[in-house]
Order: sequence, then C-alpha cells, then structure tokens
Amino acid sequence: MALRDVHVAGFAQLPNRMNLDDYDEAEMVQEITAKALADAGLERSDVGFTCSGSNDYVMGRPFSFAMAIDGLGAWPPIRESHVEMDGAWALYEAYVRLQHGDVDVALVYGFGKSSLGSVDAVHTLELDPYSLAPLGVDPHAMAAMQARLLIESGETTEAKLAHISCRSRRDGNKNPNAPHADEADADALLADPYVREPLRAHDLPVRTDGASCVVLRVGGGGPRIRGIAHIIDAHQPGFRDLTTSASATKALAAAGGAGGVTVAELHAPYTSQEVILIKALGLGEDVTINPSGGAHAACTPMVAGLTRIGEAALAVRNGAPAALGHATSGPLLQHNMICVLEAE
Amino acid sequence: MGADVELVSPFVLEYAYKRSTGPVIGRFLTSLRDGRIEGVRTAAGRVLCPPVEYDPDTGEDVQDFVEVGPCATVLTWTWIDAPLRDHPVQVPFAFALVQLEGADTSMLHAVCAPREDMATGMRVRAVFRDERVGSITDIAHFEIDTGVSKDLVPNEATEPITRFKAPTRLEYVVAAGATTAEFLRGVLRRELIGRRCPSCEKIYLPPRGSCPTCGVRTTELVPMAQKGTVTTFSVIRIPFEGQVLEPPYAAAHVLLDGGDTPLLHIVGDVDVDLVRMGMRVEAVWAEQLEPTLASVRYFRPIDEPDVPYAEIRGHV
Repeated sequence: MALRDVHVAGFAQLPNRMNLDDYDEAEMVQEITAKALADAGLERSDVGFTCSGSNDYVMGRPFSFAMAIDGLGAWPPIRESHVEMDGAWALYEAYVRLQHGDVDVALVYGFGKSSLGSVDAVHTLELDPYSLAPLGVDPHAMAAMQARLLIESGETTEAKLAHISCRSRRDGNKNPNAPHADEADADALLADPYVREPLRAHDLPVRTDGASCVVLRVGGGGPRIRGIAHIIDAHQPGFRDLTTSASATKALAAAGGAGGVTVAELHAPYTSQEVILIKALGLGEDVTINPSGGAHAACTPMVAGLTRIGEAALAVRNGAPAALGHATSGPLLQHNMICVLEAE
Repeated sequence: MGADVELVSPFVLEYAYKRSTGPVIGRFLTSLRDGRIEGVRTAAGRVLCPPVEYDPDTGEDVQDFVEVGPCATVLTWTWIDAPLRDHPVQVPFAFALVQLEGADTSMLHAVCAPREDMATGMRVRAVFRDERVGSITDIAHFEIDTGVSKDLVPNEATEPITRFKAPTRLEYVVAAGATTAEFLRGVLRRELIGRRCPSCEKIYLPPRGSCPTCGVRTTELVPMAQKGTVTTFSVIRIPFEGQVLEPPYAAAHVLLDGGDTPLLHIVGDVDVDLVRMGMRVEAVWAEQLEPTLASVRYFRPIDEPDVPYAEIRGHV
C-alpha cells in the first residue's frame, strides 16, 4: 500500500528560556497550538487527531499531560493520545495515524520544564532499575565516559568539542527561540575546569523550559515528509559501541537516506554527541549542522527532538531542497529517530 | 504578606516501589549477595554482564549462566570530584565501564583509586561489601588489582532474590504561575477572583488561564461572591495519611453565586449529618491569611432556603 504524503503544515514554539514560570501546562499548550494552527491556516475543528509528548517526572505532577489538554479546547471530545517521550515520538504516532486514511490533519506538541526540578535526576531514574539506577549515575558522567571513548579513539579532541559549543551558542544567539548564551572563544573555554572529565561546562546542554507544536497534514503543501523511522539499541551502555550510534545509522537508512539534505538539525545535547551523529549519519561538510543552535543551545526536555523536526521544516521553507530532523531518547543516543523533509 | 510575596513552594515526589526481578536478574542479584558475579551466555556464545533476559542482537532467550570477574579492565571512565547524594561512593572516585574477565560486554560501576592512577586499560578488582542484600551495590566499588583479594564475609541468607526495594525521590520547586499567583494574591485580600472565558463566558474558579472548552486565553478577572450552594458532598469518616482535619467532616463542591464551576472545599460549623445538596453556605476566613486556599477555613451554612436540584444539576 502506498503511503499517504504527509506535510508539515505548521510549526510554532514558545521561546526556550531558563524559566517559563508564568505559564502552566495548559497555557503553554494553548499558545503553541493556536500559533501552529494559525501558521498552517487551519482551525481547531480541522484537526482529526492530537498527540503529545511530555513526562510527569519532569513536570513534577501525575497526569500533567491530562491537565495540559485544557489548553486544547477539547470539546466536543477529540481523538487524542500521549507518549511519555519527546514530542518527536508523538509526531511519529501522528504520522502513522494519518496513514489510516480517515483523518487528514494531526496536531502534535511537546512541553517540558527544566526549572522545576532536576532533569539530571529524572534521567537517572530512566536507567535500568537493577544495574544502573541504584548507582545514581548522572547523565553528565555517562556522557563523559562516551566522550572519553571518542577522544581516546582519535575521533575528536577537547578543542574540537569546544569549537562545536562556540558555534552552537553563536547560532543560538541568532535564534530568538534559544536563550542568550555568553560567547567565549574556544581557547578560553579550554581553561575551564572539568565538570565530568573530559567534559567541561560548555560541553553540556543548556537546560531550558519550553514547548513546541507541529501541524501535520495530508496534502495541502509545505515541507513533505520523505521518510521517517526510529530504531532503538540495547539499553546497557556497555553492550554498545558508544563511539557511534548503530540505531541512528539504521534509522536513516530506513527513512530512505539523506540524499539532497543540506541542513541537519541534530538532537545532540552534548558536544561529543554531535560528533557521533555526524559520523553515524554520514553527513558531509556540505550539510549545515544545527543552524538554530540545536539541542545543545536549548535543551528542553520532551521538546528538543520535536523542535529539531520543526526547525528542519523551517529550513525547507527557507529554501533548503531537503533537511533532516533527528530526535533521541534514552541514555547515550540509545534510541534515534530520523525525519527527512523535502520541498514539494 | 503583600503583593510581592514569592509564590513558590518546595515539592517532593516519592514512590516506595518494590521491583520483582524475574529469573535472570534475580539469579544475578543472588550471585552478588553470595559474593560472586555471574553473566549470561547467548546462543551466539557472547557473555553478557550485567545479565539481561534476551540477546539484544537477536531477541533470543539467553542460555546458561557463567561466572565472570572479579577482575576487570577499565574501558572508559570519568572522575567525580564531589560525589552527589545518590552516588555509591562518597569520596572522590571514578565512574567507569569495566569489562569483567570472561565477559564480552562491560558494566558500569565505581572505581576507587587515586586520580593520577586512573587510566583506560587499567586492571581492577571487585570489592564486595560485608553485608550484602542482593543489589548491584553489593559490589561496593572496584579497586586497583594487586593480585590479592580481600576475604569475603560469608552470607547466611540462602533464599534466592526475587524482589527488592527501589524507592524513588525527586525534589522540585514549584512556582504558582501567573494565573494562580493572581488568584492567591486575591486570597491574601480575602477576595476570590475567577476568570471569564471571552468565548463561552463561563467563569472559572479557581481560575484557569485557558478555557478547557474553547481553547482560548481567559482574560477578564471577576471578583466572586463569597456565598454559594453545596452541589454535592461526601462525609469523610476514616482517617488517612496526611489528613488535616479531624473526621468526621464534609468535603463539598460549592458553587459560588454567579460562578460556573464548583470549588472543592469543606463544610463546617454544622453536624455532618445535616449537610445536603442545595444547602446555602458562605466562606469563613482564617485570621492569619496565607497564599493558599486554606485561608478559607471552610464554608458554613447560612439561613437561606435550599436551592432546588434543577438549578444546580449541571454543577455537581
């Protein structure tokens, strides 16, 4: 059976900020869904399926996704679903739902706040409860062990990682939806102490609050989803070659490859993970990486992946023949999604 | 307290989980309690440690158990200068991926060694705790292998491990948000302020920033009457953890006059057996006001005729 052509008809985000205290869940969702529908030129009544991504541990309250629905105007009752994951996986569910053929428009959003509690502690709780979580290992320590493997195998250097950080934060400062970052030159950054050797503060993601929303539509124009796929690797970091991401490579192949792609938005919270993804996806120097500043410059939990797909769609709207959006989940790039968008 | 009061509150989320182990993890944890480390062999002959129930490459069940270690090689590591509360070691140490002798995969654990001795490829040895309960932390840490192992304190327990306690605790600082903060500042002035939806004109109390029916921002602030009607209620007669009031007492939905959404609160100053649907009540304020709805101590009956059910049926 031929797949139905699905387009990104609309995209909106709240600016990623260190603190969005003034917004509750419903208010975040109300604003981004209204803006994304306006961007698509559609009404709420046009939406046939709604799917969201969020995490109760991040928001600090049970059923926070159910409260967020108050922002939708869900009356009369709507068809709705939720994933306890980044909104990128909600987008995947909506893409599959649109293939059923009975509805043509899907509304997808993700929301999250880093400011309420400790996203690091939540990431520790996401680990295997038998052999990893009882050790209390923090995500920065995990990423540092991955970065050391990468450096000691000659794939990168601490100086190259500092340059990645500088580029991301410079680009982030040009993006009104990323928080302001102090810019420093790479040499100065290398004088900073390690947070988790060999990673320094500039190698870590800037954790933010935010929300984003994508409107998918069958037909009707806008960047077309040429291919989308997600693949997962073993959870245990010690079972995988951490200097690459086998599942990212396979997901790209399953999504039909990166032919014609000139912009890639990669969900790489740590500088070292950008190096791994560029290699795993075989992206050449002709591909612009993370013009938005990426998830390194604005890492909102449950949002940064969906925003990568939205930013890739904006790149296509702005003239790129094709762009790639990537989202990740799980420790050390365990689970990866690739969404390749192209101009009609 | 005035308008500049900071409306943030600490919040702790705790779950007293117990986890079952299943046969493979259970045997692994049992081996740790007994002072040994076991891996599992896959059909392809790979030895996985820590064990999992299936081969991650093929999805097939794993085969037999194989003792591995206690010596291991460090494959990668990072240094922890200032251990966090949940870290397994409370002095400076390294987290490392260590490949146990006889295993084809590596395991994450702590290595205690001087910083200057830490190096990829170094040989380490598992150090078991004296008191072991069937946990990954029965291995206290790894240390530099000197070829000599510490004597193992024997364990009396013989029952296989099938479950263990895995409590979780997360700490937050929750801000009220603009809409709720505005409401709570009103409470500090003994006012109950709702918000009206510009589309359906319903008044929400407690206020909502967005109308759940229409999906638009609510904009208009509406100071509410402090009299209302009990639309439904329940008498609480049994004690429970965290209870503030002495049972028996009545929890009720109170629809304030002119409002559209009932407020969940307490009915007091009355024998609980006399509380009824349609009863007219008014707010009784605490003497010391705080920015929470507890500043209204309860609603008490007033001498007005009951409201017929037909007038409150949409609000129970």
